Parts: sequence; C-alpha cells; structure tokens
Amino acid sequence: MSTILPPAAGGSAAPNDPAIDTGRGTGLWKDAFLRLRKNPQAIVGAVIIGLFLLVAILAPLLAPYGGNDLPGRTSITPTTIPGPGEIEGFPLGLDRFGGDVLSKLIWGAQASLLIGVVSTALGLAGGMLLGILAGGLGGWVDNVIMRFVDILLSVPNLLLAVSIAAVLGQSSYAIMIAIGVSQIPIFARLLRSSMLSQRGADYILAAQTLGLSRRTITMSHLLPNSMGPVIVQATLTLATAVIDAAALSFLGLGGGLPQAAEWGRMLTYAQVELAVAPQLAFLPGACIAITALGFTLLGESLREALDPKTRKK
Amino acid sequence: MLRVIGKRLALLIPTLFGLSILLFLWVRSLPGGPATALLGEKATPEAIARVNELYGFDRPLITQYLTYIGKLLQGDFGVSINTGRPVLEEFATRFPATLELTVIALIFAIGVGVPLGYLAARHYGRFLDHSSVVLSLVGITVPVFFLAFILKYLFAIQWSLLPPDGRQSPRMDATHYTQFYVLDGLLTGEYDAAWDAFLHLILPGLALGTIPLAIIVRITRASVLEVQNADYVRTARAKGLMERTIRGSFILRNAMLPVVTTIGLQLGLLISGAVLTETVFAFNGIGRFLRDAIFGLDYPVLQGFIIFIAILYALINLIVDLSYSVIDPRVRVQ
Repeated sequence: MSTILPPAAGGSAAPNDPAIDTGRGTGLWKDAFLRLRKNPQAIVGAVIIGLFLLVAILAPLLAPYGGNDLPGRTSITPTTIPGPGEIEGFPLGLDRFGGDVLSKLIWGAQASLLIGVVSTALGLAGGMLLGILAGGLGGWVDNVIMRFVDILLSVPNLLLAVSIAAVLGQSSYAIMIAIGVSQIPIFARLLRSSMLSQRGADYILAAQTLGLSRRTITMSHLLPNSMGPVIVQATLTLATAVIDAAALSFLGLGGGLPQAAEWGRMLTYAQVELAVAPQLAFLPGACIAITALGFTLLGESLREALDPKTRKK
Repeated sequence: MLRVIGKRLALLIPTLFGLSILLFLWVRSLPGGPATALLGEKATPEAIARVNELYGFDRPLITQYLTYIGKLLQGDFGVSINTGRPVLEEFATRFPATLELTVIALIFAIGVGVPLGYLAARHYGRFLDHSSVVLSLVGITVPVFFLAFILKYLFAIQWSLLPPDGRQSPRMDATHYTQFYVLDGLLTGEYDAAWDAFLHLILPGLALGTIPLAIIVRITRASVLEVQNADYVRTARAKGLMERTIRGSFILRNAMLPVVTTIGLQLGLLISGAVLTETVFAFNGIGRFLRDAIFGLDYPVLQGFIIFIAILYALINLIVDLSYSVIDPRVRVQ
C-alpha cells in the first residue's frame, strides 16, 4: 500500500478510537452525554427542543384548526382584527386572513422543523461527501473541491440561499434545498480540516501498518474520529436553518398560499398590521427566536462537552 | 507589505473567475428566463424573440459569457432590466445608503460590544458577566427582521420617538451630492437635514448591529479572560506598572486579535441582514434593490451585485489580515 498519509508530526495519540474504548464505558460520546446531563444550559436547550418537537409531531392533535384554514373569516373586518382573548374560540386571536393564530403557530412549528431538519441533513450530506473526498483523497481532488468551496464561501450565506431559492422558484422545497446547499461549504471545510488533523495520528499509522485499505482507513477510522466538530456544527446550524428559513419566507420565497402556516410568512403579513395588531409579529417572531435559542444552547453545550480541554477534568 | 497585498489580490482572480462562471450559469437557469420576466407571463412569442435579440439572450451560451466577461473587465456590469439604467449607476446611488446603515450598525456593535465584553470578563462570574452572557445569547438567536419589528413597534409606533421608515422625511428639502445623506447635510450646512437622516438611521442601525454586537461581546469576553491571567500580565503587575497601562497595553491589546477577525467576519452577516432590515424599514438601499431584483429576475443586477459583494468581502478580509500586524507586531504577514 502506498503511504498517502504523512507520519505523525507531533505523535499525538488517538484520543478516542471507538474500537479501543468499547466496553470500558468511557467513550467520547458517553462521556459527553454524562457531562451534558450535568449542564443546566444543555438541559434548558434540550427541553426547548423537546417541546418544539412534541408540538411539531402532535400538530394534527394539538391545533384546533388546519394550517391553511380560515375559521374566523367572518369575524374580521378591514379595520378590526380580534386580538388574543378578544373573541371566543380563538385564544390567541385571528390574523388578517381570518386564520386562527394559535393553530398557525402550532402548524408553523411543524413547517419550521421540517425545513430545518431536511435542509441541515442536505447540507450535512453534501458537505460530508465533499469533505470526505477532499480530506480522504487529498491531492488535486482536495484542491479542486476546496477552490469550489472557496467560491461558495465568497458570497454571504443567506444571500447564497436567496440566490438558489430564486432559481428554484417559490416553494418550501426550494427553501430547503437553498438553505441546505448554502450550508455545504461550512460542513465540507470543517470535516476536511478535522480529518487532516487526525491524519497524522498514531492509530492511523497503526491501521496502515496492518495493511488496511485506504477506503477502510478513511471510512472506519478517520471519519468516525473526525465527526465531533461536524456534529456540533450541525446542531448549531439547525438554529441558523430555522432563522434562515423564516428569513427566506419572510422575503416571499416560500410560495404556496398567502395564509400558509409558516412563522416567517406570518411575519411578512404582520408588517402591514404592525400598528394595530403587533401580536401578529411578536408571536411567530418569539417562536423563531426560542427555537433557535434551544438549538444554540444544546449545540454550545455539546461543543463544551466534546472539547478535549474540558474533557480532562 | 505591498508585495503581500499584490499576492493576495492575485489570489482573488481565480475565485472571482469561478464565481463569474457559476453566476452566469445560475442566472441562465432562473425559471421563466429573462425575457418572460421582463415582459410578463402573457408576452407574445414575437415580443420575447425581440427582447432576446435585443439583449443577446438568444446567442450561444459561450458567446454570451465571453461578451459578459469582456464587458465586466471593462467595468460594464450591464443595464438593469427593471429600471433600464446601468447597474453600476444603480449601485452608486444606493450603496451609500447601505454603507451608511452598515457603518452605524458597526459603530454600535463595536462601541458597545467591546467595552461590554471587556467589563464582563473583568467581572467574571458576577452579575454583569452573567447578564452579558445571557443577553449575547439572546442577541444571536433573535432573527434580525423580528428585532427590526420590535424596535419599529416600540420606538416608532408606540412612543413615536423615531421615524418608522425611509431615509429622510419627505418634507426635508435637502441637497444631495454624495448620496450619504448625513454627510450631505453636514457638507451643505443643512444641519437639520443631516440630523433628520441620522434619526432615520438609528432604528435600522440598532436592528442590524445587534447580532454582530452579541458575537463581539462573546469573543471579547472569551479573549480577555484568556489573556488576563497570562504570565506577562502577572509580570507587568509584579513590575508595579499602573493598572491602566496593564489593562490598556497588555490585556486589551493582546485580546483584540480574535476580536478584529470576528469583526471582519461580520461583514457577510451585515450585508445579509441589510437586505432584511431595509425591507422592514423601507430603507432605500442596496438590500431592498436586491430583493426587487430577485423578484423581477433582474439578471444583470443580481450578477453584478454578487460579484461586487464577493470583491468587497475579499478586500475586507485582506484589510483584517493586514491589521493583525499593526495590532500585534509578532504576527508577520506572509
């Protein structure tokens, strides 16, 4: 086998090869989980996300009305929109179209979760593919991929997403793909640099000495040990994805019905009504912010828990 | 130093070249095509053909690209389909508005963020520290357009303290030379116009500056915490230097390096945020123009804008890199 991998520069030992740690109960992930459980910040984040997930999944049971329904159409007039508590049967009031705000917030959780998770999964998959190719193969492949990533990174993230969504037409799928693609460069770069830093490790050298193929080494040894920062980034990216999705549909790239139950969309139409019905802007806005806060808290605690500097304690 | 700058600028060329190809292909794959966008859904085939011929959309892609890049190199970004005016001219009239807004936002973010982060680190573990950590966390997770709504509702609608939208009151009969409205007012001596334009900048500036502010607080805090227990700070104390000297020349200066990097990285965030902020405040800058361009499928504007941003982005990063060696002489530019 040819040695594509340079020998260990600093001779740093493999911190946590799962193959070695199995059965001893002090693996990286278990360790991190134990530390997360003691971190109040992580618990708050997990509770927020848990609630959000629950609401999103149980939306058909929780929401009094359908997401696109307009049950209060007869109760609104051009000059009045009933606010929270002002009208029987609609605890959070109605919106400009006559939709029930509570139902729309609940269905909006589902839409946001779907967009957030699907787009991050897309970004993660695309980024990992590029990262593995670049970090695993090296050489000219690495060069070509990283130049491509550089080009994508030369445009601010949200603008990249906006540009892609504009090409794909106005729909929620377009938003998912747009946000997903705009995340690819970050994941690709992160995984590549993480793999490069592991490439000189002793356990890789050991695997090479054993005569394992380059593919086995990359996929079964290098990759699992390089995933830490990528997983942290993915958690944090979920927060950005929820915010960016709202931003894109706020800008009107979401498509579909104008009354569609989507937090960002609700804000678009709240704009006109800000003086008379500020709650139409504040409620969905608060939902976006709280969801993003949950993912951020969890992501940051995860980063702390996986950080070798804090691990030693 | 000059050689470094030259080298960095040369490295920019392949990236921009790649970007121009991607952009060119991207713009051609937009749904409906440029002629349909220009003439509307009900356009007759003859009209579409005429527009295609007029703007050269019917020629082979490679010819279109070569024409495009040739013009680009001469500084010709084409003519806006929506307004019929040259793209560069449109930018020139609108960019000052966005720049004014961005500068206000940055002044706010740096002016409040660095001292707050520094104070939080000095009061590590105490109330001020905890509250600044919580506030910065909230600042990061609040969407910029939502924050814009809150500010607009409270300060413009509820309390009527500040103007809700626009760049200047319509009643203001101001002369404009540079399109920087505040600067124009100061130059022409129309101080009321300058003040009015400044008042219009406050709310969008606060909205736009809050996320960078939150990030700057966090980085400054972390960086000062790391530096303030360094050996050389202890040595400086042992030598009996004045506390002010230690804080200014030892702690703050050494802590600034990551902060400067972060500030540079905020530019992308600021530009994206400007699109959203300008929409909420009906602020006639480049962000709003870009939004209209996306919906009007204004190809030349979109292409020109993104290339323009990419160049700006790269130049800012270069300035940030160069500023390292000014802040920290140990860093040699390579």
